[in-house]
Amino acid sequence: MPSPIAYLSQILSLIRKETLAILKDPASRTLLFAPALIQSLLFGYGATYDLTHVPYAVLDQSRSEASDDLLARLDGTGVFERVATLDHSGQIAGQIDSEAALLVIVFPDDFAPRLAAGGQAPLQVILDGRNSSTAGAAAAQVSAVVAAFNAKLGNPAPLTIVSRAWFNPNYESRWNLMPALIATLSMLQTLLLAALSVAREREQGTFDQLLVTPLTPSQILIGKALPSIMIGLVQSTIIFLIIRFWFQIPMNGSVWLMYLGLISFTTAAVGIGLSISAVALTMQQAMLYTFLIMMPMMLLSGLLTPVRNMPEILQIATYVNPLRFGIDLVRRVYLEGAVLADIAHDFIPLLAMAAVTLPLAGWLFRHRLN
Amino acid sequence: MSGDGFTRRLVALTRKETRQMLRDRSNLVVGLLLPLVLILLFGYGLSFDVKHARIAVVLEDSSPATLNAVAGLIGSQYLDPTWLHSMPQAEAMIRAGEADAILRVPNEFTHDLAAGNGRLQLILNGVDSTTAQTIEGYATGAIANALEHLADRQDIRFQSGASVGIVQRIWFNEAATSTWFLVPGLIVLVTTLIGAFLTSLLIAREWERGTLEALFVTPVRPMELTLAKLVPYMVIGTIDLAMCLLAAKFLFHVPMRGSLSVIVVASLLYLLVSLAMGLWISGITRSQFAASQVALLVSFLPAIMLSGFVFDLRNVPAVIRWVSQLLPATHFMSLIKTLFMAGNYWPAIVQSCAILAAYAAVLIWATQRTLAKRLD
Repeated sequence: MPSPIAYLSQILSLIRKETLAILKDPASRTLLFAPALIQSLLFGYGATYDLTHVPYAVLDQSRSEASDDLLARLDGTGVFERVATLDHSGQIAGQIDSEAALLVIVFPDDFAPRLAAGGQAPLQVILDGRNSSTAGAAAAQVSAVVAAFNAKLGNPAPLTIVSRAWFNPNYESRWNLMPALIATLSMLQTLLLAALSVAREREQGTFDQLLVTPLTPSQILIGKALPSIMIGLVQSTIIFLIIRFWFQIPMNGSVWLMYLGLISFTTAAVGIGLSISAVALTMQQAMLYTFLIMMPMMLLSGLLTPVRNMPEILQIATYVNPLRFGIDLVRRVYLEGAVLADIAHDFIPLLAMAAVTLPLAGWLFRHRLN
Repeated sequence: MSGDGFTRRLVALTRKETRQMLRDRSNLVVGLLLPLVLILLFGYGLSFDVKHARIAVVLEDSSPATLNAVAGLIGSQYLDPTWLHSMPQAEAMIRAGEADAILRVPNEFTHDLAAGNGRLQLILNGVDSTTAQTIEGYATGAIANALEHLADRQDIRFQSGASVGIVQRIWFNEAATSTWFLVPGLIVLVTTLIGAFLTSLLIAREWERGTLEALFVTPVRPMELTLAKLVPYMVIGTIDLAMCLLAAKFLFHVPMRGSLSVIVVASLLYLLVSLAMGLWISGITRSQFAASQVALLVSFLPAIMLSGFVFDLRNVPAVIRWVSQLLPATHFMSLIKTLFMAGNYWPAIVQSCAILAAYAAVLIWATQRTLAKRLD
């Protein structure tokens, strides 16, 4: 058994070697750091559920002051943009089919008389349902404009509901998505990096040489894990800085707590990656097995759709998914200002996963020789 | 060189590539099992449809009128109310993640409602903004319904005079079920993944192992090599496509309003683009490490985030929309959604298929260029 100092210095030289192996090539340097920057900008602008632009067509059979007034209100929102004024109902299908208009508004010819008579005038709204989320959001915006119009007609509702959203007052979906990307984007590349690390050496035959050095499996494990964890954290930091200072999403929680969470999360992810790496015989296998688990991990993480909308059995499956807890942790610390006591339950599965996968990988290093 | 020699070499190379593919089980696991897993996850796991949202109702006033007003929250499959009497308790539930919203009935509510200006306070956890807005809609709707019943019974005139009522119709997806647009998107994703994952290491591996240089001394031409590498994976991809289409039709009952033959032709075209893209990445990077990272970055993530799969491209800034138009996945995504849900709309079919065919041709040409017999 070497002395603790020798033990540490052996690990350090392995870490140095591993880091150099990853970073010596300018192409892989670029590959590991530029994407975090580009993706967080691209997805920050691109990944949004917020409807900011609704092209619509109108078929006004009423041609009245009331219909003009309502249309002016729609146009005044800045969201609705009239792309066509139709003459007859036969033209509606063309507008929707070609995706020229997301919705068509039809004023029936008795629209104004009915309003004048003090009754309820129907306003027909036809929506393109190919993307049901967009259709729903557009319908809600039309309702809001109509409600304001009705209120002006002198119908104060007997009951008002005053809504307020905590943590995200303007319902910006970017606020929900971007913090999740801090965990997601860095995990994807780190997992692959860890998965390829041992597989590459096996394929090139250098791993056997590493095994006959005085290094113990635990030293090899630490030497392989730490560089990947560090690179993952650097990527997270790049994304975090862009979210905080470019997109200016206010942070309510503690940066330290978020990093504590990210370290546990990245360690669990690297543990999984190294286990894959220890099992795989070639880089091709390591890559394919990584992708095999990566897709389900992303889909069952709550990144795109909430975990709570999933059926029971899949919700249980998410308990072995580090990304689910990583995303929850970052979102809650970043947006809700959660303190350690609030999110302690997210740490338990992450630490458990790291505690299982890392020793497993270390054991597999020696026991997977054929 | 006769055309005959071309066929002979192509067949021989294809046989070699097929054997190589079949020998490594990981290829088949990813090629056939992953799509199956994705089909099930997409069909059953992903949903934007909020159900049983947990709403904490704080009754500071619990008169019969109040109970009638909030009665609409009970029995809805969308809302799952918890009844409380103190606000701090409800706030703690939101912080602990045990409730998604609070509906507060203030203690002077009955009195105010009688006077015609009742106010309810709705507090939402806005972190998941989409869910928050959906819950807001459900809660407001449920309360409005309850009030209408109340009005009918007690002869209170809530709605007086002229107003505009919206008659809403959602075409193609009347019930606004999110599975209907997620499942066609699944076909795009599966095809993208097959291409990115299975073919992106093929050429890079041969460069790293030096086997490509050995091929240079044979009469094999770059184009033959490229096509031979595509054929076995086209077969795997076609099986995946068949699985997706069968699942869409018989498992998830997504309507298939366009003709099946057009769907199949367009999908095969995109499959070719996707496989050729993987091969091209492989040929251009010449390193398995770089190829796998690039494949992950340019195919898989953009196909989810920027193709219009879940995030509608109408909402994004012009620059991003422009970037998304560069992705073949975007064109196929828009086409396949139209084919499934709207039907055969020929201008879109012709345009998208032409773009995909152009991509396929350019990528195959570019790939065989990377295989030019040159040593460095």
